Amino acid sequence: MDSHNQSLETLTEIRDLMQRSSKFLSLSGLSGIFAGIVALGGALVAYLRLKTDALSYEGMSDVSELTRGEMMRFVLIDGTIVLVLALIFGVFFTIRKAKKSGQSVWNSTSKRLVFSLMIPLVTGGIFCLAMFYRGILWVSFPATLIFYGLALLNASKYTVRDVEYLGLSEVILGLISLFMTGYNLLVWALGFGVLHIVYGTFMYFKYDIKR
Amino acid sequence: MLERFNKAFESKARLGIMSVLMVNESLSFNALKELLQLTDGNLATHLRALEEQGFVSVQKQFVGRKPNTTYAATDDGRTAFTQHLNVLEAFIRSGAFQETK
Repeated sequence: MDSHNQSLETLTEIRDLMQRSSKFLSLSGLSGIFAGIVALGGALVAYLRLKTDALSYEGMSDVSELTRGEMMRFVLIDGTIVLVLALIFGVFFTIRKAKKSGQSVWNSTSKRLVFSLMIPLVTGGIFCLAMFYRGILWVSFPATLIFYGLALLNASKYTVRDVEYLGLSEVILGLISLFMTGYNLLVWALGFGVLHIVYGTFMYFKYDIKR
Repeated sequence: MLERFNKAFESKARLGIMSVLMVNESLSFNALKELLQLTDGNLATHLRALEEQGFVSVQKQFVGRKPNTTYAATDDGRTAFTQHLNVLEAFIRSGAFQETK
């Protein structure tokens, strides 16, 4: 039976190597949780500052040119702060998890992961800036959800499967938000805040705690 | 059946190299080294052996001024490795069968 056990062991090793070399598995659930909290904070600040859902398509027409400019600057700064903070937390927890399991962070799989994330993300970012430039504020809320979801779907090939479902959920929310224009901020908070926290917690218990 | 075990994949290192190259289009020497936890010399020897068998193809390029060598599995290598895995699987199955008897 010894040689059988040996063959079994070899097979397990092969499978492990194949997984480890083609998928980046050091993504931490905590990254998602913290990104979600940051997004909820950003959405809350936006709600407190803007009070009304003047972001919606209907609401925009009532806003004067000056406040519209101010509003755009505010949304742009708020959004950028959320993005940067979420990225910092994401990178921090990923490096921490990789170090714990003795894996390198910047290798061929993580490079592929970042590359496949960046193309839809940068496209979405430029798209939103163009919409801002044309004075269309509300579209950037569903658009960020949709492009982010597509980025996740694209990158999910190189990491755990759950990212694919998160991406799909974001795309669906974004599409819904395109039609329910009165609830832009709310749906955005749901997508970037609540979904991240839910998936992050789920992934934390599924992958982080066991090992 | 045992003689159908491919001699080229006898060592653990070669088995590792092939399994990693099966799921990646191509990998650099350093990436392979890190994944398989082998020394430079050891990895180079095994890679050369697999290359001589025609199971692995080598591509040398320059990134700026630094040479960058990448390795990929050839079609022959893929077929041979799959066959090797099939034999391994059959071998394990037959063992499991005897055990239940």
